[in-house]
Amino acid sequence: MSVVSERLRAAAHSATLITGLAILTFWIVCALFGSAMTPFDPYADNLLSTLASPSTAHWFGTDQLGRDILSRVIMGARDILIVAPLATLLGTVLGTALGLCIGYLRGALDDVVSRVIEAIQALPLIIVALMALAAVGTSNATVVLVIGFVFTPLIARTVRAAVLIERDQDYVAAARLRGDGRLTIMFVEILPNVLPLALVEMTVRLGYAIFFVASLSFLGFGIQPPSADWGIAIAENYSLIGSYWWTVLFDAAATASLVIGVNLVTDGLKSVVDA
Amino acid sequence: MTPQPALKVEHLDVVYRVGRQERRVLSDLSFTIRRGESYGLVGESGCGKSTAAFAAIRYLARNGRVSGGRILVDGRDLMALSAAELRTLRTQSVSMVYQDPGRALNPTIRIGRQMTEVFEVAEGLKGKQAHERAAQMLARVQIPSPERVMANYPHELSGGMQQRVVIAMALSINPALLILDEPTTGLDATVEAEVLDLVSRLRGEFNNSILFISHSLPVIARMCDRVGVLYAGELVEEGPAASVFADPRHPYTVGLLRCVPSYGRRKSHGRLETIPGFLPAPGSITGRCVFVERCGNATERCRSEVPPRIELDGAREGDAGGRSTRCFYPERAPDLPHTAQAPAQALAAVAAVAAASAAPRAAQPLLRVRALSKTYQVAGKPFHAVNNMDFELWAGETLGLVGESGSGKSSLAKLLLGLSIPDPGGRVELGGETLAADTAARTAAQHKALQIVFQNPGSALNRSQTVRRLIGRSLRLVGLSGRARETRLLELAASVRLTARHLEEKPRQLSGGLKQRVGIARAFAGGPALVVCDEPTSALDVSVQSAILNLLVDLQAEQQVSYIFISHDLNVVHYLSDRIAVLYLGRLLEIGPSEAVFSGPHHPYTAALLSANPAAATHANRIRLQGELPSALNLPSGCVFQTRCPRKIGRICEDQEPALLDAGLRHAIRCHIPAAELTRAP
Amino acid sequence: MLKFLIKRALLSLITLGILSIIVFLGGQLLPGDVGRAVLGPLADARAVAVFDHQLGLDRPLIVQYWDWICHFVSGDMGNSFTYRAPVAPFVADALVNSLKLASLAFVLVVPLGIAGGVWAAQRVGRWSDRGLVLLGQSLGVVPEFISSIVLILVFGVWLRWLPMSADWPEGAGAFTQIRYLILPALPLVLVFFGYIARVARIGTIEALDADYTRTAILKGLPMGLVMRRHVLRNALLPTITVTASLAGYLAGGLVVIETLFHYRGIGALIYTAAKAKDFPMLEAGVLTVGAVYAIASVLADLLSAALNPRIGAVSA
Repeated sequence: MSVVSERLRAAAHSATLITGLAILTFWIVCALFGSAMTPFDPYADNLLSTLASPSTAHWFGTDQLGRDILSRVIMGARDILIVAPLATLLGTVLGTALGLCIGYLRGALDDVVSRVIEAIQALPLIIVALMALAAVGTSNATVVLVIGFVFTPLIARTVRAAVLIERDQDYVAAARLRGDGRLTIMFVEILPNVLPLALVEMTVRLGYAIFFVASLSFLGFGIQPPSADWGIAIAENYSLIGSYWWTVLFDAAATASLVIGVNLVTDGLKSVVDA
Repeated sequence: MTPQPALKVEHLDVVYRVGRQERRVLSDLSFTIRRGESYGLVGESGCGKSTAAFAAIRYLARNGRVSGGRILVDGRDLMALSAAELRTLRTQSVSMVYQDPGRALNPTIRIGRQMTEVFEVAEGLKGKQAHERAAQMLARVQIPSPERVMANYPHELSGGMQQRVVIAMALSINPALLILDEPTTGLDATVEAEVLDLVSRLRGEFNNSILFISHSLPVIARMCDRVGVLYAGELVEEGPAASVFADPRHPYTVGLLRCVPSYGRRKSHGRLETIPGFLPAPGSITGRCVFVERCGNATERCRSEVPPRIELDGAREGDAGGRSTRCFYPERAPDLPHTAQAPAQALAAVAAVAAASAAPRAAQPLLRVRALSKTYQVAGKPFHAVNNMDFELWAGETLGLVGESGSGKSSLAKLLLGLSIPDPGGRVELGGETLAADTAARTAAQHKALQIVFQNPGSALNRSQTVRRLIGRSLRLVGLSGRARETRLLELAASVRLTARHLEEKPRQLSGGLKQRVGIARAFAGGPALVVCDEPTSALDVSVQSAILNLLVDLQAEQQVSYIFISHDLNVVHYLSDRIAVLYLGRLLEIGPSEAVFSGPHHPYTAALLSANPAAATHANRIRLQGELPSALNLPSGCVFQTRCPRKIGRICEDQEPALLDAGLRHAIRCHIPAAELTRAP
Repeated sequence: MLKFLIKRALLSLITLGILSIIVFLGGQLLPGDVGRAVLGPLADARAVAVFDHQLGLDRPLIVQYWDWICHFVSGDMGNSFTYRAPVAPFVADALVNSLKLASLAFVLVVPLGIAGGVWAAQRVGRWSDRGLVLLGQSLGVVPEFISSIVLILVFGVWLRWLPMSADWPEGAGAFTQIRYLILPALPLVLVFFGYIARVARIGTIEALDADYTRTAILKGLPMGLVMRRHVLRNALLPTITVTASLAGYLAGGLVVIETLFHYRGIGALIYTAAKAKDFPMLEAGVLTVGAVYAIASVLADLLSAALNPRIGAVSA
C-alpha cells in the first residue's frame, strides 16, 4: 500500500505530468461541455462575414463559410477524443492478449504470428490504414477498428518481449510445478508483471493515435464532415493558407497541444513508474 | 630508504549519490600494501571492497566520489593527478583483472588487437613488435597456441581462457600494483584452481604487489600475505593472513570464520554457526560500532561510541606489518558465544537420519531413476545434456549432486521435476509410481510430493505477489480453505522463521535470505516427500547461508523429507549429504556415501575436484587436469573424462566406456581402474 | 558471413511474400465486388459480371494471386483502374521522387542525430545532456504535419524564403530541386532528430558503462581512442536497426507531407489510389514500399553483422 502512495506523491511532484494532465483536462472539458462553451454555433454558416481575420468579435476569425473558428476548435476536440482513446484501448487489449499468448505458448503459433507481424511492420502504419479504410469504407467505427488492429501487432511485440523474459523466471516454473494450467500462468502470474509496461505503451500509443486520427481526417479517411474535427478543418482550408493563415493555424495548434499534452503525461508516468 | 609502498590508503571516505541522498560506502579506510606483498580485502556483498579497488585506480562510478582521505599509489597522490598523469599511471604502474572476463573483453575486437594496444600505449610499440610481445605474454599465462587465440574473438574462448587473457593484458606492463577483483567468482572449481595457481606462479616471476578482492575466505587465505576484513564500509580487522584466520580479534571475523562449514564437517557433527541479524546498508550506521547489532559481545559502550582502530601486539599506526582491529574488546573475540545451540532432539533426529542412511536398505527406494537422458539438437548436432543416468534415493536421505558447468546437474533436476521432457526410454518413479514426463500431466499428489527450492530467490518469487499469496497459492494444492488454510499458512511461515509482518510484504522488500525462506516455505506447503535444492545458498552471503542450511536440516529431521542437493561448493555438499553423486558432461561418474566418496577410493575426476578446493590441503599435491572441458557437442569417445584424466591407462579409455564398478558398500565408480588401485584423498 | 547474408535475404523474401499475400487479399476481398464498386450500384448485374470476367476476377483466388505476383515481379504491375494505363511507370516515378526526399532528410537527420546522441551520452547528467534530451523530445513530439504547416507559414508565406510546394519546374537542376525539397524535409528532420539522438544516446551510454570500456580506459588508452575503437561500434548497433525502419518510413510513409507540399511521391500515389479505389495502383504502391523497407532492413542487418562478429556467426 505504501508503494502506491509513494507513487502518487512522486506523481504530484512531476511537473511534466501535471502540465500534461492540465492540457488534457482542458480538452476533455471542451469535448464534454463544448456545446455550452462555444460563443457561436460552430455549424452555423454566416455568409456575410466569411474569412474574417481574428478580432474581438471572433477571436480566431471565421472560415470560408463564415463559421466562428474558436467555436469550431472547441467542438473539434470531441470526435478525436472519442475515436483515438477507443482505438488505443482496443489495440492495447488485443495486443496484450496476443503478446501474452505468443510469448508464453511459443511454438508454431509464435512463428507464424511473428512473421505476419514483421510483414505488416514493413509498411508505415498510415499506408496500412489507408488500404484498409479504402477497402472497408470510412466511418468513426471503422477508423477505431482499423487503428486498433493496426496497433495490435506493435503492442503485441513489446508485450511478447517482456513475456519472454518472464517465462524464463523461476516463479513460472514454480507455478507449473504446482499444477497451474497455461491460462492461469499467463493471466494470473505473468500478466500483473507486464501490465505496467502495457499501460505505458498505451499512453505512448495514445499520443500517436491522436496524431494518426488527425492525419487520416486531414486526408479524408478519418473523421468525416460535418464534424468540426481539426484535421478536416485543416484539409478544407489548406489551400487558403497563403492569405488566410488563421483558418489553419489554430486547428493545427490545437492538435499540437493535445498531442504534446498526452506526451507529457506519458513522460511523467514513465518517470513515476520507473522510480 | 625503504621503497615506497605500492599502495597506501589513508582514512579514505567514499560516498555514492543515490537519488537525492549521499550514502557513505567506505568510512575511514586505511591500509598499506608493501612492495611485493599480496593483500586481500575480504567481505560480503555491499561491504565496499570493489569500491576500494576502483578507488585505488581512480575509477569510481559516475555517482561516486572520494569525500575524504588520501590514496597514494607508488608514492603519488592519486587524486592530485591530472588526466594525462592518471593515464600514464594506468599504463605504467597499476593494472586490474576483473570479475567477469567475458564482459571485460570487447566482443567486437579480436583478442590480438586487444592485447597489442596495451603495448602500443605503454611502450610505443607498433605492428609486428607489439604482436610478438603479445604472443609471448599469452604463452606466459599458459595459453596454448597463442597465435590462434590472438585471431579469435572473446566469445570463442572458454571462461578460464578469457581470464588468462585478461591477466596477460594486466601483467603486460609489469605493474607495481596488480588489482584482482573477484577474479575467479563464477568460474568452475577446477578452472578457479588453475587460475589461482597461475597468479601465484606469476607473482613469483614478476614480483608485483597484489590487491586481491574476494568474498571467499579460503581463497584469500590461500593467496594473500595480509588480509583486511571489511564490514559495511569499515575495515574491522587487519593483519597477516595466517594469524588473522587462526586467531581472529574482531567478533565479525570470528563469526564469519565459524559460519563456513569447515573441511570435513558433517551435519551429524551439529548445526552450523550463524551470525544473527542482517547486513546493514553501508553508511546507515553511525555513532556506534558498525557491527553492534549482531555482536554477541556488545556492551553499552559499543552502542554509543565508534571504536577506533586499535593496534595489537604493540605495533604503531602506520606500521605496515602489524595487526589491528576496530573493537573495544579484541581480547574477548575468541569467546564470542556460539549461536548453534543444538536442541537435544534435533541432534538426535539428525543422528538418526544419518544412521538410517548408512544401514542396509530393506524398504523400497523413494525415487528410482532409470536410463534418464536428455538430448538437444544444436545446429544439427546432438547435445547430450544428461546421458543415461540410473540411481536411487531412499526416504529421509540427502543425495548431493556435484559437477561443474556442463555436467548436467541442472538439466537432471528439470527432468526429475517434469520441467523438461526426457528422451524416450527414461523412467522416473516416485514412491513406486511412474511419473509422467511432463509436469502438466502429473497428479496433484505428485506435485505435492516432489518440489524444488530454486537458486535465485529474486527470480523464484513472483514480484507482483505478496508473501501470503506466494505461499497461499501453493496451499491450494493441499485443498485447504478458509480457517484451516490460514492456520496452515501461519504454521508454514513459522516453520521457516517468518513473522506475520513478512506475510504482507512483497519480494522487493525482503532480503535474499528472507526470500529464500519464502521459497522453502512454498516448497514445503504440500508436505513433500522429496525436495530438489538447486544451489539454494549460492546467491546468498556467507553469513546468511549457514542459517538457510540449518533450516533445511531441521525441516528434514522434522518431516523425514529427502533432498537432492545440487551445489558446486564441495564443503557444503559434504556437510549436508548422506550420499554424493559426481557428474561430468552429463554422465554419472561416481555415486556413494559421502564419507566414502570424499576420503576415497574415488574417481580421478572426484580426486581433482577435491584437490581444487582452496580450503583443502596444500597445493603441492594439486591434481592438475589437462586441457579444456570438451565441447558437449563433441563428446570424447569411450570414457567421457579420458581427454583430461591424469590416470588414463591407455587405449581402453578411448575405446570403451567403463561401467559403474562396485567400490564398497553402495559405492560405484565408473572407471576402468579397479577401486582398490584408486588412491585415497590426501 | 555469406551464409548470414543469404539467410537474411531469404527471410526478407518470405516476409515480402507474406506481405504480398496480405496486400492481395486485402485488395481483393475487403472491398467486395470490384465490378460493382467501379460501375456503381445501379449498373446491370450482367455488365458487372462481364467487367469482372474481363479483369479475370472470377478465377480462383490462388490463381489470381499467382498471376498477379508473377507479373509484379517481372515488372508488370497491372493496369490502373483510374488511368487505364500500366501502373508500373507511375510507381517508378513516384518512387524516385520519394527516394529523393527521403535521401535528403536521411542525410540531414542521421548524422545530426547520431552526433547529438553520442555527444550527449559523453556528458550524461550535466545540463548539456539534459538540454539535448529535452530539445529532442520537444521537437519530436510535434507531429510532422503540424510542424509542416507552421514551417510553411513562417518560411513560405511570411518570410517567403522557400517555395511553399515542392513541384519544381521541368528540367530543374539538382540545386533547385534541393531548394524545393528543404521545406518538406525540415519537419522530418525535426521529428526524427530527437528519435535518433535518443537511441544513439542510450546505446552510447550503455557502451560507455560496459565492462569492456572500463577495461580499455583502465589500460590507459586515451579517451578518443577508446571512443573510436571500443565504444562506437557497440553503441551504434541499436541505432542501425532504427535507421532501417526510418528509411522505410521515409520512403513510403510521408503521405501527409507529400500531400501538403503537392509532391508526387509514392505516399501521395497510394493516397490518391486509395481515394479512387484504384486497387491495382494501391497494391503495387504498397508492395513497393514494403520492398524498400525489406531491402533497407537487410542492409541494416549486414551492417550490424559487420560491426559485431557475434551476430554474423549464424551457427552456435
